[in-house]
Amino acid sequence: MSVEVRIPTILRPYTGGAKTVEAQGDSLSAVITDLDTRYTGIGERLVEEGSLRRFINVYLNDEDVRFLGGIDTPVADGDSVTILPAVAGG
Amino acid sequence: MRFDSLLDSVGGTPLVGLPRLSPGPDVRLWAKLEDRNPTGSIKDRAALAMVEQAEKDGLLTPGCTILEPTSGNTGISLAMAARLKGYRLVCVMPENTSAERTQLLRMWGAEVVYSPGAGGSNEAVRVARRMSQEHPDWIMLYQYGNPANAQAHYDTTGPEILADLPTVTHFVAGLGTTGTLMGAGRYLREHQPGIQIVAAEPRYGELVYGLRNLDEGFVPELYDESVLTTRYSVGPRDAVRRVRQLLDEEGIFAGISTGAILHAAIGLGQRAVKAGETADIAFIVCDGGWKYLSTGAYEGTLDEAEDRLDGQVWA
Repeated sequence: MSVEVRIPTILRPYTGGAKTVEAQGDSLSAVITDLDTRYTGIGERLVEEGSLRRFINVYLNDEDVRFLGGIDTPVADGDSVTILPAVAGG
Repeated sequence: MRFDSLLDSVGGTPLVGLPRLSPGPDVRLWAKLEDRNPTGSIKDRAALAMVEQAEKDGLLTPGCTILEPTSGNTGISLAMAARLKGYRLVCVMPENTSAERTQLLRMWGAEVVYSPGAGGSNEAVRVARRMSQEHPDWIMLYQYGNPANAQAHYDTTGPEILADLPTVTHFVAGLGTTGTLMGAGRYLREHQPGIQIVAAEPRYGELVYGLRNLDEGFVPELYDESVLTTRYSVGPRDAVRRVRQLLDEEGIFAGISTGAILHAAIGLGQRAVKAGETADIAFIVCDGGWKYLSTGAYEGTLDEAEDRLDGQVWA
Protein backbone atom coordinates (compact mmCIF):
# COMPACT_ATOMS: atom_id res chain seq x y z
CA MET A 1 0.00 0.00 0.00
CA SER A 2 1.42 3.34 -1.04
CA VAL A 3 -0.11 6.63 0.10
CA GLU A 4 0.78 10.26 -0.45
CA VAL A 5 1.45 12.24 2.72
CA ARG A 6 1.30 16.04 2.75
CA ILE A 7 3.76 17.49 5.26
CA PRO A 8 3.12 20.86 6.96
CA THR A 9 5.80 23.57 6.80
CA ILE A 10 6.80 23.04 10.42
CA LEU A 11 7.74 19.38 9.82
CA ARG A 12 9.58 19.82 6.52
CA PRO A 13 12.98 20.01 8.16
CA TYR A 14 12.49 16.26 8.71
CA THR A 15 11.67 15.55 5.06
CA GLY A 16 14.49 17.63 3.62
CA GLY A 17 11.98 20.29 2.64
CA ALA A 18 9.65 17.95 0.74
CA LYS A 19 5.99 19.04 0.78
CA THR A 20 4.68 15.60 -0.09
CA VAL A 21 6.25 12.20 0.46
CA GLU A 22 5.24 8.63 -0.32
CA ALA A 23 4.77 6.17 2.52
CA GLN A 24 3.85 2.50 2.89
CA GLY A 25 1.44 0.82 5.27
CA ASP A 26 -2.10 -0.47 5.65
CA SER A 27 -3.01 1.81 8.56
CA LEU A 28 -2.19 5.36 9.59
CA SER A 29 -0.06 3.95 12.39
CA ALA A 30 1.95 1.87 9.92
CA VAL A 31 2.32 4.87 7.60
CA ILE A 32 3.73 6.99 10.44
CA THR A 33 6.10 4.20 11.45
CA ASP A 34 7.28 3.96 7.85
CA LEU A 35 7.79 7.73 7.70
CA ASP A 36 9.82 7.62 10.89
CA THR A 37 12.20 4.98 9.53
CA ARG A 38 13.18 7.38 6.74
CA TYR A 39 12.65 10.73 8.47
CA THR A 40 13.88 9.97 11.95
CA GLY A 41 12.06 11.86 14.69
CA ILE A 42 8.95 12.78 12.71
CA GLY A 43 6.94 10.04 14.42
CA GLU A 44 7.21 11.46 17.89
CA ARG A 45 6.18 14.90 16.62
CA LEU A 46 2.89 13.33 15.54
CA VAL A 47 2.19 10.66 18.11
CA GLU A 48 2.29 10.65 21.88
CA GLU A 49 1.56 7.58 23.99
CA GLY A 50 -0.09 5.80 21.09
CA SER A 51 -2.42 8.65 20.09
CA LEU A 52 -2.20 11.63 17.79
CA ARG A 53 -0.90 14.69 19.58
CA ARG A 54 -3.61 17.16 20.62
CA PHE A 55 -2.61 19.99 18.30
CA ILE A 56 -2.08 17.81 15.23
CA ASN A 57 -4.89 17.09 12.80
CA VAL A 58 -4.55 14.29 10.27
CA TYR A 59 -6.98 13.92 7.38
CA LEU A 60 -7.44 10.84 5.22
CA ASN A 61 -8.82 11.99 1.87
CA ASP A 62 -9.90 15.23 3.61
CA GLU A 63 -11.74 13.48 6.48
CA ASP A 64 -10.43 13.90 10.06
CA VAL A 65 -9.01 10.50 11.11
CA ARG A 66 -10.21 11.02 14.68
CA PHE A 67 -13.69 10.22 13.32
CA LEU A 68 -12.51 7.24 11.28
CA GLY A 69 -10.38 5.11 13.58
CA GLY A 70 -7.71 7.43 14.91
CA ILE A 71 -4.20 6.15 14.56
CA ASP A 72 -5.55 2.68 13.58
CA THR A 73 -7.52 4.06 10.61
CA PRO A 74 -7.00 1.72 7.62
CA VAL A 75 -5.52 3.29 4.52
CA ALA A 76 -5.69 2.02 0.94
CA ASP A 77 -3.43 2.31 -2.06
CA GLY A 78 -3.63 5.80 -3.57
CA ASP A 79 -5.10 7.45 -0.47
CA SER A 80 -4.02 10.93 0.49
CA VAL A 81 -2.96 11.79 4.04
CA THR A 82 -2.75 15.46 5.09
CA ILE A 83 -1.07 16.54 8.32
CA LEU A 84 -1.88 20.03 9.68
CA PRO A 85 -1.45 21.95 12.93
CA ALA A 86 -4.77 22.83 14.62
CA VAL A 87 -5.82 26.45 13.97
CA ALA A 88 -8.64 28.63 15.17
CA GLY A 89 -11.21 30.69 13.29
CA GLY A 90 -13.92 33.20 14.06
CA MET B 1 -41.89 41.37 11.31
CA ARG B 2 -41.41 44.15 13.82
CA PHE B 3 -38.72 44.52 16.51
CA ASP B 4 -38.10 47.11 19.23
CA SER B 5 -34.47 47.55 18.16
CA LEU B 6 -31.85 46.13 15.82
CA LEU B 7 -30.47 43.92 18.59
CA ASP B 8 -33.90 42.34 19.04
CA SER B 9 -33.88 41.28 15.39
CA VAL B 10 -30.87 38.93 15.64
CA GLY B 11 -31.65 35.38 14.50
CA GLY B 12 -34.90 34.06 13.06
CA THR B 13 -33.26 33.65 9.66
CA PRO B 14 -34.87 31.94 6.64
CA LEU B 15 -34.18 28.34 5.68
CA VAL B 16 -34.38 28.06 1.90
CA GLY B 17 -34.40 24.98 -0.27
CA LEU B 18 -31.91 24.52 -3.09
CA PRO B 19 -33.97 22.87 -5.85
CA ARG B 20 -31.14 22.90 -8.42
CA LEU B 21 -28.20 21.88 -6.24
CA SER B 22 -30.07 19.18 -4.33
CA PRO B 23 -28.86 15.79 -5.59
CA GLY B 24 -32.40 14.41 -6.04
CA PRO B 25 -36.04 14.65 -4.96
CA ASP B 26 -35.39 12.51 -1.88
CA VAL B 27 -32.08 14.13 -0.94
CA ARG B 28 -32.57 17.82 -0.41
CA LEU B 29 -30.27 20.67 0.59
CA TRP B 30 -31.48 23.54 2.75
CA ALA B 31 -29.53 26.78 3.28
CA LYS B 32 -29.88 28.69 6.56
CA LEU B 33 -29.31 32.29 5.49
CA GLU B 34 -27.31 33.74 8.36
CA ASP B 35 -26.29 36.70 6.21
CA ARG B 36 -29.74 38.05 7.08
CA ASN B 37 -28.57 39.01 10.56
CA PRO B 38 -28.01 42.71 11.43
CA THR B 39 -24.30 42.85 10.55
CA GLY B 40 -24.59 40.18 7.89
CA SER B 41 -23.21 37.09 9.61
CA ILE B 42 -24.05 34.26 11.96
CA LYS B 43 -21.71 35.79 14.54
CA ASP B 44 -24.37 38.29 15.60
CA ARG B 45 -25.98 35.46 17.58
CA ALA B 46 -22.88 34.57 19.58
CA ALA B 47 -21.66 38.15 19.99
CA LEU B 48 -24.95 39.40 21.39
CA ALA B 49 -25.26 36.38 23.69
CA MET B 50 -21.72 36.84 25.05
CA VAL B 51 -22.26 40.57 25.68
CA GLU B 52 -25.59 40.03 27.40
CA GLN B 53 -24.25 37.17 29.53
CA ALA B 54 -21.30 39.34 30.62
CA GLU B 55 -23.77 42.10 31.54
CA LYS B 56 -25.83 39.62 33.58
CA ASP B 57 -22.69 38.40 35.32
CA GLY B 58 -21.79 41.99 36.19
CA LEU B 59 -18.52 41.83 34.20
CA LEU B 60 -19.56 44.48 31.69
CA THR B 61 -20.65 47.82 33.03
CA PRO B 62 -21.23 51.08 31.14
CA GLY B 63 -17.99 52.51 29.74
CA CYS B 64 -16.12 49.18 29.81
CA THR B 65 -13.62 48.22 27.11
CA ILE B 66 -14.15 44.87 25.38
CA LEU B 67 -11.13 43.10 23.86
CA GLU B 68 -11.55 40.22 21.38
CA PRO B 69 -9.32 38.20 19.05
CA THR B 70 -11.24 37.71 15.80
CA SER B 71 -10.66 36.96 12.14
CA GLY B 72 -13.45 39.44 11.43
CA ASN B 73 -17.09 38.48 11.70
CA THR B 74 -17.29 38.17 15.50
CA GLY B 75 -15.51 41.51 15.79
CA ILE B 76 -17.99 43.16 13.41
CA SER B 77 -20.93 41.76 15.39
CA LEU B 78 -19.39 42.84 18.69
CA ALA B 79 -18.69 46.30 17.26
CA MET B 80 -22.36 46.77 16.41
CA ALA B 81 -23.52 45.54 19.84
CA ALA B 82 -20.84 47.58 21.65
CA ARG B 83 -21.81 50.75 19.79
CA LEU B 84 -25.50 50.34 20.64
CA LYS B 85 -24.76 49.48 24.27
CA GLY B 86 -22.03 52.04 24.90
CA TYR B 87 -18.85 49.97 25.17
CA ARG B 88 -15.45 50.54 23.62
CA LEU B 89 -14.20 47.61 21.50
CA VAL B 90 -10.63 46.65 20.65
CA CYS B 91 -10.30 43.81 18.12
CA VAL B 92 -7.13 41.83 17.47
CA MET B 93 -7.28 40.57 13.88
CA PRO B 94 -4.74 38.79 11.65
CA GLU B 95 -3.27 41.21 9.11
CA ASN B 96 -4.06 38.78 6.28
CA THR B 97 -7.84 39.17 6.32
CA SER B 98 -9.90 40.98 3.70
CA ALA B 99 -9.72 44.79 3.57
CA GLU B 100 -13.48 45.04 3.99
CA ARG B 101 -13.29 43.53 7.45
CA THR B 102 -11.11 46.33 8.75
CA GLN B 103 -13.33 48.91 7.06
CA LEU B 104 -16.46 47.44 8.61
CA LEU B 105 -14.92 47.18 12.08
CA ARG B 106 -13.90 50.83 12.00
CA MET B 107 -17.28 51.91 10.61
CA TRP B 108 -18.98 50.44 13.65
CA GLY B 109 -16.45 52.17 15.89
CA ALA B 110 -14.03 49.37 16.80
CA GLU B 111 -10.30 49.86 17.17
CA VAL B 112 -8.24 47.32 15.21
CA VAL B 113 -4.90 45.89 16.34
CA TYR B 114 -3.26 43.62 13.76
CA SER B 115 -1.56 40.37 14.65
CA PRO B 116 1.10 38.81 12.35
CA GLY B 117 -0.32 36.92 9.37
CA ALA B 118 1.80 33.82 9.96
CA GLY B 119 -0.19 31.74 12.40
CA GLY B 120 -3.59 33.24 11.46
CA SER B 121 -6.16 33.36 14.23
CA ASN B 122 -3.92 31.44 16.64
CA GLU B 123 -1.62 34.43 16.62
CA ALA B 124 -4.53 36.84 17.19
CA VAL B 125 -5.47 34.83 20.28
CA ARG B 126 -1.91 35.02 21.58
CA VAL B 127 -1.67 38.78 21.03
CA ALA B 128 -5.06 39.37 22.66
CA ARG B 129 -4.05 37.32 25.70
CA ARG B 130 -0.92 39.41 26.08
CA MET B 131 -2.91 42.65 25.79
CA SER B 132 -5.40 41.33 28.32
CA GLN B 133 -2.58 40.96 30.86
CA GLU B 134 -1.42 44.51 30.15
CA HIS B 135 -4.97 45.85 30.58
CA PRO B 136 -6.56 43.85 33.38
CA ASP B 137 -9.61 46.13 33.39
CA TRP B 138 -10.51 45.23 29.79
CA ILE B 139 -13.06 42.45 29.34
CA MET B 140 -12.07 39.69 26.91
CA LEU B 141 -15.27 37.81 26.01
CA TYR B 142 -13.09 35.12 24.39
CA GLN B 143 -15.40 33.49 21.86
CA TYR B 144 -13.32 30.29 21.74
CA GLY B 145 -14.03 29.37 25.33
CA ASN B 146 -17.15 31.35 26.23
CA PRO B 147 -20.07 28.99 26.87
CA ALA B 148 -22.52 31.76 25.85
CA ASN B 149 -21.24 31.39 22.28
CA ALA B 150 -22.38 27.76 21.97
CA GLN B 151 -25.42 28.43 24.14
CA ALA B 152 -26.69 31.02 21.63
CA HIS B 153 -26.82 28.30 18.99
CA TYR B 154 -28.33 25.78 21.39
CA ASP B 155 -31.06 28.30 22.21
CA THR B 156 -31.73 29.72 18.73
CA THR B 157 -30.00 28.24 15.65
CA GLY B 158 -30.73 24.61 16.55
CA PRO B 159 -34.41 25.10 17.47
CA GLU B 160 -35.02 27.27 14.38
CA ILE B 161 -33.69 24.55 12.08
CA LEU B 162 -35.71 21.79 13.71
CA ALA B 163 -38.88 23.92 13.68
CA ASP B 164 -38.49 24.70 9.96
CA LEU B 165 -37.29 21.23 8.95
CA PRO B 166 -38.64 18.53 11.29
CA THR B 167 -37.27 15.87 8.91
CA VAL B 168 -33.67 17.15 9.12
CA THR B 169 -31.14 14.28 8.84
CA HIS B 170 -27.85 16.22 8.57
CA PHE B 171 -26.56 19.51 9.92
CA VAL B 172 -23.42 20.94 8.32
CA ALA B 173 -21.59 24.05 9.52
CA GLY B 174 -18.15 25.60 9.55
CA LEU B 175 -15.63 24.96 12.29
CA GLY B 176 -13.92 28.05 13.65
CA THR B 177 -14.71 28.73 17.29
CA THR B 178 -16.82 25.53 17.10
CA GLY B 179 -19.69 27.46 18.75
CA THR B 180 -22.26 26.86 15.99
CA LEU B 181 -21.60 23.13 15.78
CA MET B 182 -21.34 22.58 19.52
CA GLY B 183 -24.52 24.53 20.34
CA ALA B 184 -26.84 23.71 17.44
CA GLY B 185 -25.29 20.23 17.19
CA ARG B 186 -26.07 19.39 20.83
CA TYR B 187 -29.62 20.68 20.53
CA LEU B 188 -30.27 18.72 17.35
CA ARG B 189 -28.74 15.52 18.75
CA GLU B 190 -31.01 15.77 21.79
CA HIS B 191 -34.14 16.37 19.74
CA GLN B 192 -33.54 14.49 16.48
CA PRO B 193 -32.25 10.98 17.09
CA GLY B 194 -29.84 9.73 14.43
CA ILE B 195 -29.01 13.17 13.02
CA GLN B 196 -25.52 13.59 11.61
CA ILE B 197 -23.58 16.67 12.76
CA VAL B 198 -20.83 17.42 10.25
CA ALA B 199 -18.05 20.01 10.39
CA ALA B 200 -16.44 21.65 7.36
CA GLU B 201 -13.12 23.16 8.29
CA PRO B 202 -11.36 25.60 5.97
CA ARG B 203 -7.91 24.49 4.82
CA TYR B 204 -5.80 27.59 4.31
CA GLY B 205 -2.49 28.20 2.58
CA GLU B 206 0.71 27.35 4.39
CA LEU B 207 1.37 30.79 5.84
CA VAL B 208 -1.71 30.59 8.03
CA TYR B 209 -0.48 27.45 9.79
CA GLY B 210 2.62 29.27 10.88
CA LEU B 211 6.09 28.07 11.66
CA ARG B 212 5.81 27.72 15.40
CA ASN B 213 6.18 24.61 17.43
CA LEU B 214 3.32 22.17 16.98
CA ASP B 215 2.69 22.27 20.72
CA GLU B 216 1.55 25.86 20.27
CA GLY B 217 -1.39 24.79 18.11
CA PHE B 218 -4.87 25.74 19.15
CA VAL B 219 -8.06 23.83 19.86
CA PRO B 220 -10.93 26.01 21.13
CA GLU B 221 -11.95 25.18 24.70
CA LEU B 222 -15.56 24.90 23.49
CA TYR B 223 -14.72 21.97 21.21
CA ASP B 224 -16.10 18.57 22.17
CA GLU B 225 -15.55 16.09 19.36
CA SER B 226 -18.27 13.76 20.67
CA VAL B 227 -20.88 16.22 19.33
CA LEU B 228 -19.67 15.67 15.75
CA THR B 229 -20.33 12.75 13.44
CA THR B 230 -17.33 13.69 11.35
CA ARG B 231 -15.19 16.57 10.18
CA TYR B 232 -13.92 17.46 6.69
CA SER B 233 -11.09 19.72 5.63
CA VAL B 234 -11.97 21.79 2.54
CA GLY B 235 -9.42 23.77 0.55
CA PRO B 236 -9.93 27.12 -1.19
CA ARG B 237 -10.40 25.63 -4.66
CA ASP B 238 -13.43 23.55 -3.68
CA ALA B 239 -14.77 26.39 -1.51
CA VAL B 240 -14.58 28.90 -4.38
CA ARG B 241 -16.00 26.43 -6.90
CA ARG B 242 -19.01 25.75 -4.68
CA VAL B 243 -19.60 29.36 -3.69
CA ARG B 244 -19.75 30.27 -7.39
CA GLN B 245 -22.08 27.33 -8.05
CA LEU B 246 -24.37 28.55 -5.25
CA LEU B 247 -24.58 31.94 -6.95
CA ASP B 248 -24.95 30.59 -10.50
CA GLU B 249 -27.54 27.92 -9.77
CA GLU B 250 -29.46 29.18 -6.75
CA GLY B 251 -28.83 32.93 -6.82
CA ILE B 252 -27.33 33.00 -3.32
CA PHE B 253 -24.30 35.30 -2.94
CA ALA B 254 -22.36 33.86 -0.01
CA GLY B 255 -18.95 34.26 1.58
CA ILE B 256 -16.14 31.85 0.79
CA SER B 257 -16.42 29.72 3.94
CA THR B 258 -19.99 28.88 2.92
CA GLY B 259 -18.54 27.29 -0.20
CA ALA B 260 -16.53 24.93 2.01
CA ILE B 261 -19.65 24.02 3.96
CA LEU B 262 -21.68 23.49 0.79
CA HIS B 263 -18.92 21.24 -0.57
CA ALA B 264 -19.25 18.96 2.46
CA ALA B 265 -23.06 19.10 2.28
CA ILE B 266 -23.10 18.08 -1.40
CA GLY B 267 -20.70 15.21 -0.63
CA LEU B 268 -23.05 13.94 2.07
CA GLY B 269 -25.97 14.30 -0.32
CA GLN B 270 -24.25 12.30 -3.05
CA ARG B 271 -23.48 9.58 -0.52
CA ALA B 272 -27.14 9.44 0.55
CA VAL B 273 -28.25 9.13 -3.09
CA LYS B 274 -25.82 6.25 -3.64
CA ALA B 275 -27.09 4.51 -0.50
CA GLY B 276 -30.70 4.99 -1.64
CA GLU B 277 -31.49 7.02 1.48
CA THR B 278 -33.79 9.96 2.04
CA ALA B 279 -32.02 13.00 3.44
CA ASP B 280 -32.77 16.60 4.42
CA ILE B 281 -29.42 18.33 4.78
CA ALA B 282 -29.42 21.73 6.48
CA PHE B 283 -26.28 23.83 6.17
CA ILE B 284 -25.18 27.27 7.30
CA VAL B 285 -24.65 30.22 4.99
CA CYS B 286 -22.31 32.06 7.40
CA ASP B 287 -22.31 35.41 5.64
CA GLY B 288 -22.75 37.13 2.29
CA GLY B 289 -19.97 37.54 -0.26
CA TRP B 290 -19.79 41.33 -0.02
CA LYS B 291 -16.80 41.57 2.29
CA TYR B 292 -14.75 39.17 0.18
CA LEU B 293 -15.09 40.95 -3.18
CA SER B 294 -11.59 42.41 -2.85
CA THR B 295 -10.11 38.91 -2.48
CA GLY B 296 -10.95 38.24 -6.14
CA ALA B 297 -12.69 34.97 -5.28
CA TYR B 298 -15.65 35.73 -7.52
CA GLU B 299 -13.85 36.54 -10.75
CA GLY B 300 -11.38 34.90 -13.11
CA THR B 301 -10.49 31.22 -13.22
CA LEU B 302 -10.42 28.89 -10.23
CA ASP B 303 -6.62 28.78 -10.49
CA GLU B 304 -6.44 32.56 -10.22
CA ALA B 305 -8.84 32.64 -7.27
CA GLU B 306 -6.91 29.89 -5.51
CA ASP B 307 -3.64 31.78 -5.97
CA ARG B 308 -5.14 35.00 -4.65
CA LEU B 309 -6.49 33.28 -1.54
CA ASP B 310 -3.20 31.60 -0.72
CA GLY B 311 -1.99 32.97 2.61
CA GLN B 312 -5.34 34.67 3.35
CA VAL B 313 -7.59 33.86 6.28
CA TRP B 314 -10.59 33.52 3.97
CA ALA B 315 -13.09 31.97 6.38
